[in-house]
Amino acid sequence: MNDAKPQPALFSFSPDNLARAEKIVGKYPAGRQASAVIPLLDIAQRQSGNWLPQAAMDYVAAMLEMPPIRVYEVASFYTMFNLKPVGENFVQVCTTTPCWLRGSDEIVHACKRKLGIGMNQTTEDSKFTLHEVECMGACVNAPMVQINDDYYEDLTPELMDSILDALKEGKKPDVGSQTGRKGSCAQNGSTSLKEKA
Amino acid sequence: MPKLTINGIEVEVAQGTSVLQACEQLEIEVPHFCYHDRLSVPASCRMCLVEIEKMPKPVASCAQPCADGMVVHTDSAVVKKARKGVMELLLINHPLDCPICDQGGECDLQDQAVAYGCGCGRHHENKRIVGEKELGPLIKTAMTRCIQCTRCVRFVDEICGTPELGGLYRGEKMEIGTYVARALSSEMSGNLIDICPVGALTNKPAAFTARSWELQKTETIDVFDAIGCNIRVDMRGNDVVRVLPRLNEDINEEWINDKSRFAIDGLKRQRLDRPYVRRDGKLVPASWNEAFAVIAEKLRGIAPNRIAALAGDLVDCEAMFALKSLVAALGSPNLDCRQDGANYDVSTRAASIMNSGIAGIEESDAIVLIGTNPRHEGTLVNARIRKRWLRGGCRVGVIGATVDLGYPYQSIGTTPQGIADLMFGKHAFAAILKNAKKPMFILGAGALAREDGAALHRVVRELAEHFNAVREDWNGFNVFQHAASRIGGLDLDFLPQIGGQGTRAILGGAMEAVWLLGADEIDVTKLGNAFVVYQGHHGDVGAHRADVILPGAAYTEKTGIYVNTEGRPQVALQATFPPGEAREDWKIIRAFSEVYGEALPYDTLDTLRTKMFESAPVLANIGHCEKSGWSAFGFTGEVSAQPFAPVIENFYMTDPISRASATMAKCSDEILPLWEAAE
Repeated sequence: MNDAKPQPALFSFSPDNLARAEKIVGKYPAGRQASAVIPLLDIAQRQSGNWLPQAAMDYVAAMLEMPPIRVYEVASFYTMFNLKPVGENFVQVCTTTPCWLRGSDEIVHACKRKLGIGMNQTTEDSKFTLHEVECMGACVNAPMVQINDDYYEDLTPELMDSILDALKEGKKPDVGSQTGRKGSCAQNGSTSLKEKA
Repeated sequence: MPKLTINGIEVEVAQGTSVLQACEQLEIEVPHFCYHDRLSVPASCRMCLVEIEKMPKPVASCAQPCADGMVVHTDSAVVKKARKGVMELLLINHPLDCPICDQGGECDLQDQAVAYGCGCGRHHENKRIVGEKELGPLIKTAMTRCIQCTRCVRFVDEICGTPELGGLYRGEKMEIGTYVARALSSEMSGNLIDICPVGALTNKPAAFTARSWELQKTETIDVFDAIGCNIRVDMRGNDVVRVLPRLNEDINEEWINDKSRFAIDGLKRQRLDRPYVRRDGKLVPASWNEAFAVIAEKLRGIAPNRIAALAGDLVDCEAMFALKSLVAALGSPNLDCRQDGANYDVSTRAASIMNSGIAGIEESDAIVLIGTNPRHEGTLVNARIRKRWLRGGCRVGVIGATVDLGYPYQSIGTTPQGIADLMFGKHAFAAILKNAKKPMFILGAGALAREDGAALHRVVRELAEHFNAVREDWNGFNVFQHAASRIGGLDLDFLPQIGGQGTRAILGGAMEAVWLLGADEIDVTKLGNAFVVYQGHHGDVGAHRADVILPGAAYTEKTGIYVNTEGRPQVALQATFPPGEAREDWKIIRAFSEVYGEALPYDTLDTLRTKMFESAPVLANIGHCEKSGWSAFGFTGEVSAQPFAPVIENFYMTDPISRASATMAKCSDEILPLWEAAE
């Protein structure tokens, strides 16, 4: 997979992203622009298709007048920066205790079966990459997965299948709870503040 | 000045001293890994824990400043237990491969594990494995051994000014590396081998060749530039295995550059190990007597004023003194130690040396570099300037090519016009110099070799005087030499005598016989049809042109005095023997003088030195820089508008030894392109 998408030689921000980046850099006092490294890497990652090529890190380093190695240190420290190419849909399955108790093993299994790949792999068509991650703070609606920026909660293997099918067809499934639960209401409907719920 | 008690001993230390430094002042050993006295303090290894009364837990002494009334214990039960714990944790992932590790025997971790660790480990889990890193042709890695002290990261960041190493990833997966698999671009990266407290970074060219305890150690002087770095040459049998720096605060602190450290494999290649004589256009092996006879016969048939001698860059004072005496005995006034053709006023010693001294850089608050790239011409001077700049309150200006020096500077033009701009206040840097308390001007010897070098010499002297850089308590006029033999040659007056010719005329085809003493950085085609004697240790440019080759000794093979760019004479000691029939250079000249019938009046090194010190007393002051008088030196002349050109094209190949070195060839291939890309 990595061979299919080699490291691009060049990277530069699109005009929109450049404006956004400059605004962020402007928040910090002169000479402290290196503080903007994380948001800028995030912008760069979004622009490059959910991963950070070396050229993008070098570009950010040059923009912030930092030695490139300092940027590599940051980018490699944070797991939310992908240093290798990932599929169009970056599926991150939570398998921490609450999700596990609620059946995340089956969700993982469903993903593997549906996509025909194992953990940390990408499908042939570059549409999906599967990762296992730690708690993402949506335990109340466990089990859950994050696909790109969206949470899909209250999953069952069948629901997981249908989400992946929809994504395969290029559709965008509804995000959030898949059982129609609102926010973090109890499973059988709200038990208090009923008027608002 | 805080006063504290350490192990019952009361001590008063300077404000800001750490507890660990205070312990060291009392010669109390505190084990440590990440702390290094020339680097910043991360306090990450925790090995230096001590107990301080009224503090709830053991404290990392490297990061704890001394305070009044502190009571410190470094050998209490608590400290011993804490050290054992830290050592056990450090060893969790450290492989037990000391028997196959090059650091074995001189390893901080090994030593401290024996002294402060537990007798056995309690871990049954697997150790982590870290992949090797590509750091270029000089440094071999075994990153599984790394204990993540980050000394290497701080060294390249702070001392070299080439931040390329970092701590990547995190937690158990943390690794030290460059992220990009390519060589380190620093020209002093070899020091990483010394500062790494474990066997993670080791000497690649010398990998698996010797154990530290089998080596014979000789303390001597480096000759690859004019800094005169103090080095230790480690031998096994008659082979130089490695070169290490020795501590000398006034010169190289505890670093050396990569050429000094790694060019030594050149000592075994391309060597001249027997005399040669050219017969029918071909160099054929000959005996010493045959070679001497050929030279003597030839010289007898030549008028003395058509005979000349040139000394090269790696020559010791003794050889130059002997050759000078020989040339005088032959009746010739033609000799020069400046093979680059420089011809500036050397009427006073202050005109050709670094008057402020290398350590003086640390006092200066405004430095102007003129026609020099100290990074290539004398790495340790550049490191000193960087150190000064890093401390703050010092501005650097450069008149010359814009190159990466590892610290920011203001460019004052690329031509000598910059000197006039400073003089007449037309450049903003003039105001900085005016307000500076100790301004410094560093004039490269390469600039002095220009056509207008002699005039440049004068205008820079005037510039220094204009900014009050030359006064009773401070002399900021510095000529920065890059040849190890140069100041020695000048001190010995190895220069055209009355009515004699210098390098330019000698290389103008005016001579019928030329004696080249290790002179290789010359255009030999300019020697015309002269009869050439080449005395030296490598089959380089000079030897190829020679009619007679006399095999000499390289710097590790003879005892000799070298004078560094500060004018500091230092004695280099013999570590090994010259190969084959090669001999020490002064002995060759002495032997020839006898064959010629003009025997020089000394048979031993001691008697030679006695004579030499009589004629150049300044050389007898070993290890010290002699102050010399100031005068209005310099020749008048036109200064051209030519931009300053780089003196050294390839830092890794500047002399016959480094040109013969395979390691230096690899560096030229892998590291030079990185510099070119950066500039």
